Amino acid sequence: METMEWVRGSLDHCVKCTICETFCPVSNVTPLFPGPKYVGPQAERLRTGEGSPDASLDYCSACGICTFVCPQGVKIAEINAKARAAMKAERGVPLRDRLIARTTLMGKVGTPFAPVANWFLGNQPLRRLVEKTVKVHHEAPMPRFVGRTFQSWARSHTPLQDAASAVVLFHGCNVNYFEPKLGEMAVAVLEHNGLRVLIPPQECCGLPLQSNGLFDDARSYVRKLTQSFLPYANRGYDVLAMSTSCGLMLKREAREMLDLQDDEDLKTVSAHTYDVCEFLLALHERGELKTDFKPLPMTVTYHPPCQLMGHWMGKPALDLFALIPELKVEETDAECCGMAGTYGLKAEKYDIAMAVGAPVFQQVEDVRPDLVASDGETCRWQIQKATGVPSVHPVEVLYRAYGLGG
Amino acid sequence: MSADVVVLGAGLSGLTAALRLAEGGLRTVLVAQGVGATHLAPPTIDVLGYDPELVESPAQALPAFAAAHADHPYARISPETVAASIGWFREKVPGLGYVGSLDENLLVPTAVGAAKPTAIVPEAMAASDVRAGGRFVFVGLRAFKSFYPAYLAENLCRAKLPSGATVEARGIQLSDPGQEPDVTCLEYARQFERPEFRKAVTAELLPQLQPEEKVGFPSVLGLDNHRAVWQELQDVLQRPVFEVPSLPPSVPGIRLFRALRKAFRNAGGRLVLGPTAVGAETSNGTVDALVVQASANRPTTYAAKSFVLATGGFATGAINLDSFGEVRETVLGLPVAGVPDVEALRFSPGYFEDHPMARAGLAVDEHLRPVDADGNPAFGNVYAVGAVLGGAEPWREHSGNGLAIATGFAAASEILEGAS
Repeated sequence: METMEWVRGSLDHCVKCTICETFCPVSNVTPLFPGPKYVGPQAERLRTGEGSPDASLDYCSACGICTFVCPQGVKIAEINAKARAAMKAERGVPLRDRLIARTTLMGKVGTPFAPVANWFLGNQPLRRLVEKTVKVHHEAPMPRFVGRTFQSWARSHTPLQDAASAVVLFHGCNVNYFEPKLGEMAVAVLEHNGLRVLIPPQECCGLPLQSNGLFDDARSYVRKLTQSFLPYANRGYDVLAMSTSCGLMLKREAREMLDLQDDEDLKTVSAHTYDVCEFLLALHERGELKTDFKPLPMTVTYHPPCQLMGHWMGKPALDLFALIPELKVEETDAECCGMAGTYGLKAEKYDIAMAVGAPVFQQVEDVRPDLVASDGETCRWQIQKATGVPSVHPVEVLYRAYGLGG
Repeated sequence: MSADVVVLGAGLSGLTAALRLAEGGLRTVLVAQGVGATHLAPPTIDVLGYDPELVESPAQALPAFAAAHADHPYARISPETVAASIGWFREKVPGLGYVGSLDENLLVPTAVGAAKPTAIVPEAMAASDVRAGGRFVFVGLRAFKSFYPAYLAENLCRAKLPSGATVEARGIQLSDPGQEPDVTCLEYARQFERPEFRKAVTAELLPQLQPEEKVGFPSVLGLDNHRAVWQELQDVLQRPVFEVPSLPPSVPGIRLFRALRKAFRNAGGRLVLGPTAVGAETSNGTVDALVVQASANRPTTYAAKSFVLATGGFATGAINLDSFGEVRETVLGLPVAGVPDVEALRFSPGYFEDHPMARAGLAVDEHLRPVDADGNPAFGNVYAVGAVLGGAEPWREHSGNGLAIATGFAAASEILEGAS
């Protein structure tokens, strides 16, 4: 069956129980979004060639919580993503959405001019001008360009020799342009465990394009990325994603949302794709993870991103943290930080994103941890901006506990 | 993944089993395709309400009920275990302040004004007990379209109480300071957490109240700060205030889910939401691992020493009746008991009539392990709890949440005993 029909067909399993509505972070803070059941399985029945009955579905943040709490297996978030793409195709895509969805392009342009780009992004009068013209909120968190790429580091890095096995690092745009140090830490952690880390050239997975409804462009990016990893997957190597949302794109979302269910290459790559913490925990389960962790006497608030939950694998980072002596870990109670990729950047959605994240920020304020740990980069930007607490990927916590920073 | 125990299903029975196991020191993973019935059902714990006549004391009625219903899950666990499970449960969710006991059923009004027998209820429902009669006023909010106070009150006045007492009840419809379009109960729960909203509600309501009237609201009195909201309303209105369960989603059920999830997390338990269970790896009459379909294009296994099936019944797809009339348990392919012959009556014409098919489900031994037709356990390390069990008609007996807690607790106890 074609993906479109299969995903759409799942709406017949909806029994209108409203469990998705009780979990939706957006409809819980604003009447502008009537909730996943309404815009999903209910409104979908009215989308018979004449498009969406109203524009409210644009307020869906695409966090995906509705799908994984649904006890009946309805692909609510996926139905909404497709309907939004169709709506945008019909009504037009704002320039803003076309710009912020091109991470690779932003990285390529910004990196050589990092000081200028960072000054620009940090300059409030200019940001207000951007808000007026392009509708990116002037307070929205922005990453900082570091002026070098992770790929350039990788080219000069000598891989571990005599390793028994190897893995492929899917570092993603964030590590490449904004957090290359995190990529280095991941390599150090993996090499510490005796793994040779292969870092093939790679571009964007297409997720920002997909979540902004630019499906054709998203499809060509994810196909290209699939080809970057396919030769390795064919030889049995696992692909470890540093960004939990980009990893999910390869695992499931591209197949379900972009009608690539029958793409054999993507299926092969998906079968070998792991979130980096998922992989490390699997190593531990096999007795192959080094547990020579030094005591890390600090408090970490862990925020599991919605997209991590979309992997349907629980929270591997928590099991890894449990191996570290003296580390005190507190998990956030609220499901979403509000950012949801590019959602919280948008001028008309910024306030909603902040309201969604408020309980997370409050919990961080109450605990005042030494660090926030979260597997998603935009969650880290959002929480760090809102609370001022340094926010890191779980791999950085492991890196510190291994004492790899010297 | 590997663990000591994998519990499949995140409804009340699964959460109960998982919490008890985690607190017992076992590495417990709770895997579920989605969230369970806590979000839909009231958090009243009905243990036994009808037999088929109204049950006034579950504690007294349970032994004879179990003896008369040999296929019922209550016939597999002792009344002492049922009592212990309820006592344990109350301790685990202290924030909800459950009141009542197995000695006497309370009679609490439903949203349609039926007086429903139930054993224990959250503190904010306790004042709704109508056994001794009394004067009640039910408060509606204009934009809240799933709670009709006049309808509720009129029906409740007709209730025939065992005590012979009478209920005086009336409804009040407030002009509603909320006034959002299409307001859900969750929106009202949030509104009630705002002091200004409460002030507006009490200012309009207070002058309309008559002496001795207890005040019932739909169950929307706050979510995270529920206890403070409820207590403030009692203080300001100077009389007992209570919640009446309203249509799904169930705000008090969400409070219960959150309390149990938090306790499970604090006990070191791991919750995995999303994957669909597709089968198991087995050897020598034992399940070695549960196989699930997670998001990547590969099966994922959860290995464990014991497995608890808390998957629900027909409503959740745990038990499936296909168009050829075949009935099967969908995760492990376990034998389903109590399925009427194809020739025999399976469903009655009337909705409220007796439907023999409704009692179909897993048959279990005294350790709550699913058994085949000869009474032998299908697997030595698989236990079944809650609505997947056959032989019960929870909606008729008013036994659903009681069965969920009692069987979840009992199966966990069996596993803990085996582990120690």
